[in-house]
Amino acid sequence: MPINERQATRKPPKSQIGAILWLKENLFSTWSNGLLTFLSLYVIFISVPPLLNWLIFNANFNFGTINIFGFNIKFSEVMATNSDCGRVGACWPFIYEKFDMFIYGFYPREELWRPNAVFALTALLFIAVRLTKNLKNKNQILVSLLVAYPIASYFLLLGGFGILPEVETYKLGGLMLTLIIAAVGIIISFPIGILLALGRQSELSTVRFFSVIYIEFIRAVPLITILFMASNVLPLFFDSGISMDKLLRALIAITLFQAAYMAEVVRGGLQAIPKGQYEAADAIGLSYFQKNILIVLPQALKISIPNIVGSSISLFKDTTLVLIIGLMDFLAVVTAATADKDWLGRHLEGYIFVAMVLWVMLYTMSRYSKKLELRFNTENKN
Amino acid sequence: MKNENIIKINELNKWYGDFHALKNINLDIKEGEIIVVCGPSGSGKSTLIRCVNFLEKFQEGQILVDGTELTDDAQKIRKIRSEVSMVFQHFNLFPHLSIVDNLTLAPIWVHNETKQEAREKALKLMDRVGIKDQAEKYPNQLSGGQQQRVAIARSLCTNPKIMLFDEPTSALDPEMISEVLDVMVELAKEGITMICVTHEMGFARKVANRIIFMDDGQIVEENDPDNFFNNAESDRLKLFLNQILTH
Repeated sequence: MPINERQATRKPPKSQIGAILWLKENLFSTWSNGLLTFLSLYVIFISVPPLLNWLIFNANFNFGTINIFGFNIKFSEVMATNSDCGRVGACWPFIYEKFDMFIYGFYPREELWRPNAVFALTALLFIAVRLTKNLKNKNQILVSLLVAYPIASYFLLLGGFGILPEVETYKLGGLMLTLIIAAVGIIISFPIGILLALGRQSELSTVRFFSVIYIEFIRAVPLITILFMASNVLPLFFDSGISMDKLLRALIAITLFQAAYMAEVVRGGLQAIPKGQYEAADAIGLSYFQKNILIVLPQALKISIPNIVGSSISLFKDTTLVLIIGLMDFLAVVTAATADKDWLGRHLEGYIFVAMVLWVMLYTMSRYSKKLELRFNTENKN
Repeated sequence: MKNENIIKINELNKWYGDFHALKNINLDIKEGEIIVVCGPSGSGKSTLIRCVNFLEKFQEGQILVDGTELTDDAQKIRKIRSEVSMVFQHFNLFPHLSIVDNLTLAPIWVHNETKQEAREKALKLMDRVGIKDQAEKYPNQLSGGQQQRVAIARSLCTNPKIMLFDEPTSALDPEMISEVLDVMVELAKEGITMICVTHEMGFARKVANRIIFMDDGQIVEENDPDNFFNNAESDRLKLFLNQILTH
């Protein structure tokens, strides 16, 4: 039998690699795709330059002198006023001037260190979670932190007990309020949602019945209706003497709303767990709660991570609806800020700023969920 | 083998909806006895052994396990399940737990052993089934045969009096069947009561005290291995043996 000569390795032909091939495959694969490519280029050409002009090149950045971490950065002699900016470009000094309002709403200006301390605590909490990863008694530490954090935050923000001056909840606003509502809604709805999901799968028909009724009722009603009900109808049920805090009512409404969605997300995960897992857990003698906590939920929640985060992101966006019951969240403060007679007519800058901040936060959340998925994806299903 | 009946099944009937899955099953099993249950698919073999640890509910009849009658009472069921362990066709290991955690789960949570005790015992058992080095791995990192041996070790961790095997080799690649059967043969020598649903007739001939042939939800014939294979009485068993032994 003839022995073949050893073949040299060589590069693939030029026409099969590189930029030209990429262009051909992705942009000009057919006649119609080529046409669409040119059309898109044209749309970009006529829309992007004016946008950039407005946002940056014709915009006004005369902030005056800004003090950042002790360094004085001088942008201009004096800060521009509304009329200095004109109408050809964005007036960013408006955002700078109203920055505190965007972040804290009407929180008393002399007490701003308190929300800042809460922001710092939040950052510390995330760092603590990372640092304690390898400690022996990390569970005790984390649980005590997770109990202490909300109590400390509540006390810092609202004060009371004669130590810190009290701040009424209607003064909370801006990004801070949006974050509070979203965080409370997401975190508290999570365990309720898990219980509802388990309830919907329960063998006890009454438990199953009430879980289904609750979930389906809430899911069939828009959040805006629930908020209206919480804000206007709920007080009718109580004696006129008891007045419930407006923010508290909104929080309850949002939590109950989100719990129903969380329940459905978790149910999706529960249904993906093979029957064999339940049988094996039963067969080794685990009780109902042990079975769910040790075997079923860890697997089900892991599968549900993308949907849990997705649902949380959409709740985050939905919190902007609280403006209709009169809470001054991040979106609503734009109206308040432009009501200032010195800054009339600067809505566009306000809304663009709000949109950019929300986009950065929500995009970070969705990237974080990708990371979580990868970290937990150490095993496959069998 | 002792002379006491550890399992007594009286007049057991089970329906799935209208389908009569088990018909009037009567079976007594002595402590230490090795029973092999065989029969065509859909004959009720798996259903029968799954009734013994109450994974399946039944509508009529009585099952006594070690003197305790199986009822809906959750306490009793847990007690029985802590004495009866089961090995599944598809292993059903817990994929989110490492091998050693799979083994120590029941000892720690059901039998209140300390982590240390449970872990030591788990490592011993893993050594016995030949998977000592895999303690920190996860189930999907092992081959099918290794996974099934882990499953056997897991069911031994709670010192069961009775072991149920539900077609333990049916989902395995052919070259892995013998490593699992070897472990089961070793177990059989140790005097643990075993009920195996299997089509491994070589295994049955070698270790079984009694072989039960089921068809259409009932026990058609039961006999010791010699007579079972050589002196089959019913036509259905003759046909069945003919079909599985000709290859």
